[in-house]
This record gives sequence, C-alpha cells and structure tokens, in this order.
Amino acid sequence: MAVHGYGAALMEASPFAIPSRKLTMWLFIISDAVTFGALLFGYGYLRTASPDWPAPFKFNPSILNVMIMTFVLVTSSLTMLGAVDSAKAGDKAKAGRFLWSTILLGVIFAGLHIREWFGLIDEGVRLFQNPWGSPLFGATFFSITGLHLLHVVSGVVAIAVVARKFARGSLTAGHVEATGLYWHFVDLVWMFVVPLIYLLNLSR
Amino acid sequence: MEEAVVPAAHVHAPPEGFIRKHVFSLDHKVIGKQYYGLGLVAVFIGMGLSWLMRFHLVWPTTKVPGLELLSSTGAPGGVITPEYYLSLLTMHGTLMVFFVLTNAPFAGFGNYFLPIQIGAEDMAFPRFNMMSFWITFCAFIVLILAFFIPDGPPISGWTAYAPLSAVGKDAGPGLAWGQSLWAMSIAIFCVGQLFGSLNFIATTLDLRAKGMTFMRMPICTWAWFITSAIGLLAFAVLLPACLLLLLDRMAGTSFFIPAGLVISDRLQNHAGGSPLLWQHLFWFFGHPEVYIAILPAIGIVSHVLITNMRKPMLSAKVLIYSMMSIGFLSWMVWGHHMFVSGMNPTSSLLFSFPTLTITIPATIITLIWLGSLYGANMQINAASLFALGFVSMFVSGGVSGFFLAQPSIDIYLHATYFVVGHFHMVMGVAAIFGIFSGTYFWFPKMSGRMMNETLGKLHFWITFIGTYCIFMPFHYLGLVGNVRRYSSFVDDFMAPLMPVHKFISIAAFVTGAAQFIFLYNLIHSRFRGKQASENPWNATSLEWSIPSPPPWDNFGGKHPVIYHDPYQYGVKGSKGDFVMQDSPEQV
Repeated sequence: MAVHGYGAALMEASPFAIPSRKLTMWLFIISDAVTFGALLFGYGYLRTASPDWPAPFKFNPSILNVMIMTFVLVTSSLTMLGAVDSAKAGDKAKAGRFLWSTILLGVIFAGLHIREWFGLIDEGVRLFQNPWGSPLFGATFFSITGLHLLHVVSGVVAIAVVARKFARGSLTAGHVEATGLYWHFVDLVWMFVVPLIYLLNLSR
Repeated sequence: MEEAVVPAAHVHAPPEGFIRKHVFSLDHKVIGKQYYGLGLVAVFIGMGLSWLMRFHLVWPTTKVPGLELLSSTGAPGGVITPEYYLSLLTMHGTLMVFFVLTNAPFAGFGNYFLPIQIGAEDMAFPRFNMMSFWITFCAFIVLILAFFIPDGPPISGWTAYAPLSAVGKDAGPGLAWGQSLWAMSIAIFCVGQLFGSLNFIATTLDLRAKGMTFMRMPICTWAWFITSAIGLLAFAVLLPACLLLLLDRMAGTSFFIPAGLVISDRLQNHAGGSPLLWQHLFWFFGHPEVYIAILPAIGIVSHVLITNMRKPMLSAKVLIYSMMSIGFLSWMVWGHHMFVSGMNPTSSLLFSFPTLTITIPATIITLIWLGSLYGANMQINAASLFALGFVSMFVSGGVSGFFLAQPSIDIYLHATYFVVGHFHMVMGVAAIFGIFSGTYFWFPKMSGRMMNETLGKLHFWITFIGTYCIFMPFHYLGLVGNVRRYSSFVDDFMAPLMPVHKFISIAAFVTGAAQFIFLYNLIHSRFRGKQASENPWNATSLEWSIPSPPPWDNFGGKHPVIYHDPYQYGVKGSKGDFVMQDSPEQV
C-alpha cells in the first residue's frame, strides 16, 4: 500500500489510503463542483430576479430528448464502472471494450446535445436573446450546458487517450480509475443541470 | 504497484542544461524562486504606480517627465488625466493582490519550503507545478499588455464592478480591450492557482516523511496547506465569474447588466442582468483571497518568531486551529464588502455577525504571539524585526476592522480612505512584512549566502515608521469624509485636507525609496554575501538540516525520519538549546 514505492522513503500512509493521483482527481472534482455551483447560483439568482423568465420546454421534444440523453449518460457511467472493475482485475480486453462503449455513449450524448442546441438556435435562441422572454434564458442555458458539454467532450478525449495507452500498457488501472471518477462527476453535474435548467423551465 | 504512492517526483533526473535548470524547471525550489521573482517584478511596478498616484493626488497639474511615453492619451504631456489615475489604481490593486500577495508568500515560499519541511524530494506533481507557474506568468503578461494598448488599462478598480466593467467602451477609457485583457488575465491566473493548490494539498497529504505526523508539521506548512484549501475553492468561483464577464463583454450576454442602462448618453443593448451578481461572485472569492494573502504570512511570521524567541509558542496547536477556523469562516463573510451595494439590510446584519466572529480566532492568534513573546529571550535581526512589525500591523489594521464589520458604521466609512487604510495595513503591508520576514529568514537557505543585517535593519525601521506615516492618516482622512478613488481634491470641499495628503505622499516616496535598499541587499548578498552555514539561525525544522542551497533532490538521496515536534527550543541538547526535528536525541 501507500508505505512503499517512494524509494526507501517510508511515507506515512496517506490519510485516506488513496494514491496521489486519485486524491488529486477528487480535489479537482471538488473545485470543479464549486465552479458549476457558482454558475448554477448565478442562474438561480438571475432567474429569481427576472419577472419575464420564459418556460419554453415542451415534453415533446425537449424533455423527451433530455430523458434519452440522461439515460445515455447514466448508462455510460455504468460502462465506466465495468471498465474500472475489469482494469483492476487485469482484464485488459474487457476493460478496453467497456472504455470504448463509454466513449460511444459519450459521443451519442454530445451528438444529441448538439442537435438540441441547433434546434434551439433555429427557434431563435441566442446567447443574447430569445423569442420568449428574458435574454438571460439563452445566456444561462448555453453557458451552463456549454460548460457541461465541454466537460463531456474533454472526458471523451481523455477516455480515448487512456483506453489506447492502457491497452499498450503505458498507463495503469489507476489512471482508468481516476478518469472514471471524472466521468462519474460529469454525470453527477448533469443530474443537477436537468432539473434546474430543463424541468424548472417546463412549459405549462 | 499502482496503489503505492509513487509520485512522479522521483522519476525526474538531475536537470541538465540552462533551460531545464532555470527556465522550464521541474524543481520546486526553482519554481518557488520564479514565483518570488515574478512577485518582485510585480511589487516594484505596483509601487511605481502608487508613487504616480500619490504624486498626482498632491500635484495634479505637475507633469511627470517621460510618462507621456507610456500613454500619450492617459498622460498627455506627462500630466495624468483623472481617467488615467483610475487606470493606475486598477493596475496597482490587481498587480498587488494577485501577483504579489498571492504569488510571493503562498506560491513562492510555499513551493520552495513546503516539500522540504515535510521531508519530500519534490512536489507530488512536478510537471503540473511547472505548468502552474507558466500559466501564472502568462496571466501576468496579458495583464501588463493592457498598458500598451491604445486605450490603456481599465478604470474599474481591481474589483471590476459591473456594469462598468461589463458594458465595454462606452463606459470610459480602458473599458474596451483593457478590461477584456484584465478579465482574461485573471481567468488564466485562476487556472494556474487551481493547479498550484491541488499540488500543495496532494503533496502535504501524501509525501510527508516517516514520522512527520500532521501535528509535527511546522506552522508555516500548516498555513500553506490551509491556504491551498481556500485557494482551491476561491479561485474556482472567480474563474466562472470572469468567464461570464467575458461573455457579457464579447458575446452580448447580460449577466451583469440591467435593462435600460444609459451610459455616455447611449442606451445599452442589454437587459435582465444584475450588477449585484458580479459583486456576490467576486466577493465570494474576494474575501477568502484576503486570507490567501494573510495566512501564509501568519505562518511565516510564527515560524520566524519561534526561532528567534528560542522557546516554543504558547500553543502551536491552538494557533493552527485558529487558522483553520479563519479559513472556514472566510466563506461566510463576503457580504460585508457589500453593505453599501443596495443589498437587503437584513443580509447586511447576517453578514456582520460572522465577520465579528472572525475577530475571535484572529485575536487568539495575536494573543498567542504576545503571550509567547512575554519573557522570551528575543534575538533581534532583520527577520525577527519584520515579524514583530507584522504583529504590529496586524493589530493596528485589524482594530479598524471592528468598525467596518458593523453595517451602521460601515455605511459612513465604506467609500472613504478609512477602508483603504484598513485593508492596506491588515492585508497589504502586513502580508508584505511577512514576505520580508521570510526573505531575511530563508535567504541563506535559498542562496547559500547571508543578507546584510545592518541594511536589513535600516530597511525595517524606515519601512515600519513610513508605513504608519502613510496609512494611519488614511484613517483620519476617512473619518472626516475623504472619499476614495477621486483623482484630486484641490478645488473641492476636501481641499483643507491637502496638507495631510502632502505628508502621506512624502512618506510614500521615502518608504518606497527604502525598498531599493532591500533590492540592493537582495542582489548584492546573492553574489557578495557572507557564506551561510547549514543552519545559521539554529532552527529546528527540516529545511535547516540540509546544505545551503539545497541539492536538487533536497535530501541528497537520504530520507529523513522525524522524531520531534517542530519547535524544540529551550531544551538542554548536545548541540545547544534546540533539538532538530530529525535528530533521534531524546528530549
């Protein structure tokens, strides 16, 4: 465990008995969560302060699309879990299959998201205006989902890199696990985005 | 062996070649010195700006020779315009808060000494560490660029209050590209600091040598550790705030701009946003930032004081717990910067209470210092003088905080020189005193040579007296209603206060000039100073158990084992009155 590995220097066991890389990923997740928290706080602040906040999302297609996207993302978390487990068990082929299915699901999510974005842009929603009410609707929608989409895309790229290097043996199961933590976090953020950005703006 | 703590640190071989050794170095010691150097450059620029401001306040129509070369519009013929005064003010604040008070005591000394003090060969992620310095360096360059673009630096202050900072060029000079560069610079800076904080925390948790339990870490290690935890969360809020500001400025959104805003006779094409949101986001970062600046200084000063008192602190443990509670409370007080912002008065009251609560741990820390000093056999040198000076500044500046923490008094004082005096003393100069104290104390370790003590003491006395001469009158000016951020008072109801302003300006020139004594001492001692021994101060912590300057892997391949608390002074040991942390001697 944590007591070997640094030459002959006997480190005190890490307090959480996790390696530095994993610890750092957790720390990054905490700070990134604060970043999303600040954006969502700003969204709530502006939404409450705006008397003309629109509620444009109809069940079909918006909410239905979001349901499918959520299903895809949660499933990708499950495949990621499989990848981490098989990587730890040393089954490289199985881990690779799981990793590539995670990537595929991530790409599907991003594709659906971008399709939705284009649909909204067609309807006249912009960063600075929209046909329904407060211009901040578009601004908050695109900036928050955009930051999340950026996380998904960078996650897909990261998983692809890790998958290749893990197959070749230059990265370890620890790297797969750290990437997995990040991916679950991206999934978790989406669980806050869906009710706050979509369900709250459901048209009645 | 994946699960083992295998930091990348032991992988990197001794650096070869100039670039690897001094520029893109992975060595935490070189990176620490780079941060310190960047802080040094920034502090002299920032001080130059404050000289120009003090000059303009007293002689607003006199020309400053050569200034028109820096900005032909801001200082036509060398005379500073009121707008350019605000540009100087913005750049002074931004440089000092971000690139000096964050860089030098936290990133600079922290990088250099945190790994050594816990017995590690390097940071947990050396490459990350190098990256965070160079990101910070880019942020610095982007900020400085604002001086050289046609409309100059922004005029919105270091707090960049919206909507002024958000609407663009209509709002005044520097608010077109200058303000965008500012927002980009700060966003980049946030990324650098986030990476740095991650690294500090991982290093402290994972790389402590055998026997280095948490309570055996020196107080300054604790301070850097707590600071990095604050930095991790604080910069994570400023980053999205700056991104939203950039969106407002470049993509036409209105996060921070309300409807119907008329600026320079032009109706702004924005609606729906809230300027107060910027203040909330900014100060949610901004107040913890105060502690990012001051906690490392508290740590450094405690370290220096104990070493020079030759006896343990009354309770290092309580001091550490107090620093932790300051770090915790720092998240609940951001609203005290917004008492006059139009925020609901009930919230003001709610923010006032935790603000007053924060004075309790701060007072405990001060009392621990004072109680420990009682009956101590204090050794007087430049480092300990600056540490004592820090205690003095911390108390003098902190006392005015009691007044400002109460909304009813703050409403009168907020937009005056009283606040300026308060934060310059308690956050600005106090942290600078911490940096000076750390410099005089650790310079022998960092360079292998001693600094000149006589010059150091001269530097201290001029700076100490000068600082009081500058910032104490600020409080009086504020009490009689001298508003801040005005560029001149000559034709004003404040004209009778001009003699006080003259006195302050002259004190500022003298005190500023004294800093060149320090610069001379620093450079001269680096090359001509007396050779330093391994442990010139007879100190106990790990950095003094290795050669000065330390070899690239710190402990020369050996792995220290820690047997004692960090401050075993006043004991009858074989070597004198102290026992090193890694000495197996019984105490």
